[in-house]
Amino acid sequence: MTFINYASREINCKIVYYGPGLCGKTTNLQHIFEATAPQARGKLISLATETDRTLFFDFMPLELGTVRGFKTRFHLYTVPGQVFYDASRKLILKGVDGVVFVADSQEERMDANVESLYNLEENLRAQGYDLMKLPYVLQLNKRDLPNVVPVSDLTAELIRKQEPIVEAVASTGAGVFDTLKAVAKQVLTELRKS
Amino acid sequence: MPDTPILLREQQYHQIKAVLARLRMDSSARVVFLVDKDGQEIAVQGEIGNIDSTSLASLAAGNVAATGGMAQLIGEKEFPTLSHEGEKESIHISVIGRLLLVIVFDERSTLGLVKLRSKQVSQQLSSMIDEITRADFEASDSPFAEITDEDIESLFN
Repeated sequence: MTFINYASREINCKIVYYGPGLCGKTTNLQHIFEATAPQARGKLISLATETDRTLFFDFMPLELGTVRGFKTRFHLYTVPGQVFYDASRKLILKGVDGVVFVADSQEERMDANVESLYNLEENLRAQGYDLMKLPYVLQLNKRDLPNVVPVSDLTAELIRKQEPIVEAVASTGAGVFDTLKAVAKQVLTELRKS
Repeated sequence: MPDTPILLREQQYHQIKAVLARLRMDSSARVVFLVDKDGQEIAVQGEIGNIDSTSLASLAAGNVAATGGMAQLIGEKEFPTLSHEGEKESIHISVIGRLLLVIVFDERSTLGLVKLRSKQVSQQLSSMIDEITRADFEASDSPFAEITDEDIESLFN
C-alpha cells in the first residue's frame, strides 16, 4: 500500500519477492544490498532459521532517488518459500504494491514453481488482490546451472499475462537490477494512473 | 479488500507529531512511533539515537501480523496490545485501526504508565486516522499524477 507523506516529501511502496523454497529470493535482496551505496539503502533484516532458511521475511528499504521533489522509497520483502510457511506468506502480501515471482529454472523444481505460483494467486486473492491487475515481473533464476529448463518452456508454463520476463543468476547479480527496475517502473506507472 | 493509499497532508502530519510528543512526555517514554500495519513509518517523536526506525516499523508490523494470525487460530479477532520487556529497554505496541502505536521506553517509565497513556490517546489518534483515510484519494492529489516516462527512467540512471 503506497504511503505518500507531504510533510517529509516521501513516497513509500512495497515490493514482495515470491517463489518456491531455495529459488533465490533472499539472494536477490542480498545482491541489491551489496551493490547499492549505503546512503541509498537501510539494513537488510533477515528473519531466518539457523540454517539460513527464511523463517518469516527478509526486509530492506531502498531509496531510488527523487521524482518531482518526492523521495521514492521501496520496501523490499521476501516471503519464506517452504510450503508449510503459508500463513507467513499471506501476512507479508498485505499492502503489496508489486510482486516479483522468482522461478527456479532447474528441471526438478518445475513442479515447485507451478505450486508456488498457484499459491501466490490464491494468497493474493485472499488479500483482495488480483495478480492480473498488479505490477508483476517473472524472473527466471539460476540460468547458469546445467540442468535448466529452456526459457520457452518455463515461460509457457509460468507466464500469466504480458509480464516482463527476466533471465537471472542472482548469485552473481545478473538480471537482479533489471528485475527490480521492471517491477518498480510498473509500480510508479500505477501511481500515475491512480 | 486492499487498503487505499494513505495520503498524509503536512498539517495532519504536524497534528499527529504533536499528539505523539505529548504522549511521549506524559508516558516518560524514550521514543514514540506511529506505524501502518503494512510496516510503513508514519511519524516518530523522541530520542531516536541509533534506532533504525524503518526496520523497527517493519518488524513491529510483522510482529503484530504474526500475533494477529495466532489470535485468529484460537478464535480471537486480534491481540490489541503487545508488550516486550527487556533488561533496560522495552516496547509496547497498541493496534489502533490500521495503524500501530509503538512506544519504546526504559527505566524512566513503567509498563503500567505507558499502557495507561497510550490508551488515553488512542481515541484521539483513531479519529485523526479516520479523517486521513476517509479523505478521497483524488488522482490530482498525487504528486505522481503528471509524472512522465522520462521521470521514471531517470530514477534508474
